Amino acid sequence: MTSSLNLWLIPTLPLAGAAINGFLGKRSSRTAVSTIGLFFSGAAFAWALIVVLRLSSFELPYQEYVAHWIRSGTFSVDFTFYLDQLSLVMLLVVTGVGFLIHIYSVGYMWDDPSYYRFFTYLNLFMFFMLTLILANNYLLMFIGWEGVGLASYLLIGFWFTKDSAASAGKKAFIVNRIGDFGFLIGLFLIIQHFGSLSFTQVFAKVQPLSPETGGAGLLTAIGILLMVGACGKSAQIPLYVWLPDAMEGPTPVSALIHAATMVTAGVYMVSRSHVIFERAPIALTVVAIIGTLTALFAATIGITQTDIKKVLAYSTVSQLGYMFMACGAGAFSAGIFHLMTHAFFKGLLFLGAGSVIHAVGGEQDMRKMGGLKTYIPITFTTMLIATLAIAGIPPLAGFWSKDEILWKAYQANPVYWAVGVITAFITSFYMFRLLFMTFWGDYKGIKVDDHGHAHATQGHGDHDHAEPHESPMVMLVPLVILAILSTIGGLVGIHNGFEHFLEPVFGSEFPKAITEGTGSTEWLLMGVSVIFAFAGLILAYVLYVSKPYLPQKIADALNGFYTTVLNKYYVDEIYARIFVKPLVDGSTSILWQGVDRKVIDDTVNNAADGARHVSDEVRHMQSGNLRSYAGWIAAGAAVLIAYMVWLGVGR
Amino acid sequence: MVPLSYYLVLSGILFACGVTGFLIKRNIITIFMSIELMLNGVNLSFVAFAAHWHVLAGQVFVFFVMVVAAAEAAVGLAIIIAVYRTRETLNIDQVNLLKL
Repeated sequence: MTSSLNLWLIPTLPLAGAAINGFLGKRSSRTAVSTIGLFFSGAAFAWALIVVLRLSSFELPYQEYVAHWIRSGTFSVDFTFYLDQLSLVMLLVVTGVGFLIHIYSVGYMWDDPSYYRFFTYLNLFMFFMLTLILANNYLLMFIGWEGVGLASYLLIGFWFTKDSAASAGKKAFIVNRIGDFGFLIGLFLIIQHFGSLSFTQVFAKVQPLSPETGGAGLLTAIGILLMVGACGKSAQIPLYVWLPDAMEGPTPVSALIHAATMVTAGVYMVSRSHVIFERAPIALTVVAIIGTLTALFAATIGITQTDIKKVLAYSTVSQLGYMFMACGAGAFSAGIFHLMTHAFFKGLLFLGAGSVIHAVGGEQDMRKMGGLKTYIPITFTTMLIATLAIAGIPPLAGFWSKDEILWKAYQANPVYWAVGVITAFITSFYMFRLLFMTFWGDYKGIKVDDHGHAHATQGHGDHDHAEPHESPMVMLVPLVILAILSTIGGLVGIHNGFEHFLEPVFGSEFPKAITEGTGSTEWLLMGVSVIFAFAGLILAYVLYVSKPYLPQKIADALNGFYTTVLNKYYVDEIYARIFVKPLVDGSTSILWQGVDRKVIDDTVNNAADGARHVSDEVRHMQSGNLRSYAGWIAAGAAVLIAYMVWLGVGR
Repeated sequence: MVPLSYYLVLSGILFACGVTGFLIKRNIITIFMSIELMLNGVNLSFVAFAAHWHVLAGQVFVFFVMVVAAAEAAVGLAIIIAVYRTRETLNIDQVNLLKL
């Protein structure tokens, strides 16, 4: 027993929490529910830390076999957990940030009538996410993948009585199905050609292949199909549309699932499959292009949004684009690095936004906020740190990871770098716009809250919102911890420390072209991106603090373009026209009215009707008149005899 | 010796009489007697064949038929009495409650 890390405990603990809260939570007090929820997610985090402490006596990658699952001929899948540097990073991020957000939720969701349900789902999410991370094969990963999708669906539609929340949940689920379809086909291809789904076995067989020795088409196909799956889960073009709508869920959910952890699963999956992608240059280019486009595209939408959570949602999509840009440039460790720092500062931004929303009584429109820095100083300070971090201002976390990505992107293709820098500028601009609109100027919201109006949707507070007020301690502590992490989290990247840590996973041989030389170029690029970050800051300051009448003028000047961006480039409308409407119409007129009603229903109904008509006629023979029965028997016998006589028997 | 065909013709006539009586009569007891007539018509052909081919099986069959007929007579008469007690009629056309 001493020779085992007992990795299975890490996912199982939150599952136990979910089960206890799910079955007993309805009758338990809020205190009991939060104790259970916090204990089991905290225990998972604690166990992850214990694993880290005991690592010195174990060799990575470490595998832990738990049970058989599928045995079919030579193909087999087991419940086996796999730990290497990559999953270790993910493990700590997910359990750590997850635990903090659990704590925060205690304060945020306290007044919600379905308090226990929230913690059940949250723990369930942790279980699936940890399964996804610790899986040693694609199928177990897929279980986690689908499971987090389920948890995401349940939590987006947490306030399911609200129509928009229910449809947002469905939208997320359906869009993810499209991605999962690609993922599954990718897995089928892997099974067919490599006869296994275990990472080690598949990668061992992929290892000798290379674009030159053939197999390029196969690996490209697998890579692109896996990327389709990643596009769905990680909200990349063209499947990003579900993430902004997912903001209908409670804010802690947006922080945990739709910013810090679940949406990064795609990045994790692509990085995990780096062996395949490295040998499929076309797939890698696809990843890079999708990531770069998404980063820029979502950032521009972020400029025009007025809902505080929508801005952060588009920002998340954009930052995920950065991660894919890094993966596409072959710099998987940079992608994972940004994944980690992004989990800190974006989780913090969402939690801070939740605190702001809490402060102003459920209002999410930034135009009705303003001047909040005096009312909620702690939230303001932490949000400021997070904004500086995401904008890439040194020496905060976002700077290190973003700079790493841009440097690697420059080496892969300067175009990526250029788009990335422009995106960094836009990111800085819209994040400071958010900050200035929310915290500077005068408070424009309602001073006295009419009860249950704004509350009902956000589910907190019977207490009066005479003025914006600071959140309780239980919400502030996670903010402060995440702020500290957002500040120092990037320091692990100094001297490529993070990259060296992940080297056993990603190897140092790829891409060979990247050499450490050209230090001056790196400094130059760094300088450029920092200048752009400050430029965004200053522009936002000018537009939203010193000359607040300007944005409207600019918007008027750019009328057509502004409206297009404000309406998110009409992507939802275009999808509705191209995909949704034909599908709905086709299903209604052909499948429902045509096939289902005309063919299936009518066949069944006509068969039944026919049977009834026939029996209506035939039942007259059953008259109850014994002699008529006898007559029929005699007639039948006569026919039989006649048959025998004239046609003969046994011929 | 009387030829076999005589017996068979007589047997057929008896059976036809039974069938005719069964079909045209309304009184249950008459119908019952018609059934006995049919059975005995068949019996006659059995014994005729048995005598002609010198095989005993036909006569054994006749015993079986007689036993069945006796049992049937016992049950059938009991039913007829029960029907008469409840319906106060023996007219078969009025005993048609099983009609759909």
